[in-house]
Amino acid sequence: MTDLLDRPADQPAAPEPTVRVRRGRRFRQARVVVVTTILGAVAFALFVATMMIGSFPVSAWEVIASTFRLQDDPSIDFIVRDLRLPTAVTALAVGLALGMSGLIFQKLLGNPLASPDFVGISSGASMFAAVAIITFHASGLVVSGVALLGAVLSAGAIYLFAWRDGVTGYRFVLIGIGVSEFFVAITGYVIARAQVSDARAAMSWLVGSVGQAGATELRILLVSLAVLLPLSLLMGRQLGVIELGDDAAQGLGLRVQAARLGLLTVSVLLVALATAAAGPVAFVALIAGPIAVRLLRGQGSGLLAAAFVGAIIVLLADLVAAHALPAALPTGVVTGGIGAPYLIWLLATVNREGRGG
Amino acid sequence: MTSHDLRAEDLTLGYADVDIVSHLDVQVPDGRITVIVGANACGKSTLLRGLARLLKPRSGAVLLDGKAVQDLRSVDVAKVVGLLPQTPVAPDGITVADLVGRGRYPHQGFFRRWSPEDDAAVEAAMEATGTADLAERPISALSGGQRQRVWVAMALAQDTDLVLLDEPTTYLDITHQVELLDLLTDLNRAHGKTIVIVLHDLNLACRYADHLIAMKSGAIVREGAPQDIIDADLVSDVFGLSSDIVPDPVSGTPMVVPRGRHHVATPAL
Repeated sequence: MTDLLDRPADQPAAPEPTVRVRRGRRFRQARVVVVTTILGAVAFALFVATMMIGSFPVSAWEVIASTFRLQDDPSIDFIVRDLRLPTAVTALAVGLALGMSGLIFQKLLGNPLASPDFVGISSGASMFAAVAIITFHASGLVVSGVALLGAVLSAGAIYLFAWRDGVTGYRFVLIGIGVSEFFVAITGYVIARAQVSDARAAMSWLVGSVGQAGATELRILLVSLAVLLPLSLLMGRQLGVIELGDDAAQGLGLRVQAARLGLLTVSVLLVALATAAAGPVAFVALIAGPIAVRLLRGQGSGLLAAAFVGAIIVLLADLVAAHALPAALPTGVVTGGIGAPYLIWLLATVNREGRGG
Repeated sequence: MTSHDLRAEDLTLGYADVDIVSHLDVQVPDGRITVIVGANACGKSTLLRGLARLLKPRSGAVLLDGKAVQDLRSVDVAKVVGLLPQTPVAPDGITVADLVGRGRYPHQGFFRRWSPEDDAAVEAAMEATGTADLAERPISALSGGQRQRVWVAMALAQDTDLVLLDEPTTYLDITHQVELLDLLTDLNRAHGKTIVIVLHDLNLACRYADHLIAMKSGAIVREGAPQDIIDADLVSDVFGLSSDIVPDPVSGTPMVVPRGRHHVATPAL
């Protein structure tokens, strides 16, 4: 190592490592593209698969032909377009949104535990939804709208509480956890005081299921995703600088507070819309990002890959929840079952590396 | 290298409601190595952050080529002044080449992502710091000394005429401290970069500084060439330490030999 410094810096560089650096970058970029494409293909395959399985099996080609209106067959169309497509599209969209927003949160706040599940965004949505269902006997679109409002309001409250000459990731996470506990407590209180039937309706919303999205919520989610996903990808470059720490990011010329607010807004909206459509599907936002980052070996922003991993998790969970078990379960139960062991592993290993915050 | 004029005029900086640096005037000598020393909490890191436009002045201004940096766009400042903070964060799993590439941020637009100039800058930075052979390694697999050279490479990839470093040797053993300071001297001599370093080690500061700034309680006590300004009185004033000053047998620059309460065999010089 020291011998490298014996060489004066003005001596012309040997061409070999230079070429290697450029070739290395091309190779890594190609790897990112390949891995991301494969993840996208797997997500699409699962999207199709969820529509093939059921009491009336449909072939993959029939699903694709009906979904993309390549040919008309009334009986197939009824099963695919009317019965199965809404759930499959919800699972796909919710997974994309949760996967991407989870990774943005984690990178932005510099903490693998900082997923919207834990920092009070999902619990804000849950509390508002529970109150709407139990106290005001709301249902359908109203609950979704109230949940969306709850997620956005709680994110805004956390941001304001965390503000002190700007917002740091660390303070946002701690205050978010506090706010989350507050909402969980209120939700528990409201449910405990409710009639059994209301409590049951609230609980089934709170577990989260891709089957519960109505047509309007789904349309809103899809239109928003069409805007927010490309926007997030464009902001991935800012995210890649912000994750070096505030000082380094500012030194590189990033306006950190503006960039953080922009990224937080986009990711909060993604979570809020997904939660409004399907309820708080647990753990997807927590696990999708780290899986994607690991598959890409830390290259690139990983945002698109994380979105695909999120979609894969939700679609898989939906397959398992709807077909693999003796009784159909909400999606959130299955994702919770996958996520809990991961969380334990994360808590056990993260603190060993001293990065638990 | 274009020559630049970075100076602070009547600069007051602080956090919350405490002033850390007050009414300070300083000029960074162009094309030289400036080292800022002082006891803990004397405001030396704060001054460095202020010079890099990380803090908004309470009073006065930091002027880059005659213009207040607060009035410049942050990316424009970042094309001229680079900063390596004390504890930058390496993202999970990131490789050396990718991290060094992040230094290109101020040169890239919202849509324009990567150009041949970016490649060339990254390669030059990795060459200069001897990290080209590590390009594909994850940061987490590197030693402390290697890691610090990678961060310096990132600051170099930013391709600024001024590079500010906040205690870059803190977590390094003595071998790697010397190695890093040698590297920074190479960059200064071969590439003409103006370098400002906050350092803890007074003797290394005296050896490597063209211009030494000694700070205490948010003010500059003395500044100039180390051999012109370092004496026992200054060390006593700035660090509250009784010491003898002898010529460094290797470099001839002043060497501070502390006199503690124990193991003192000779009377004060």
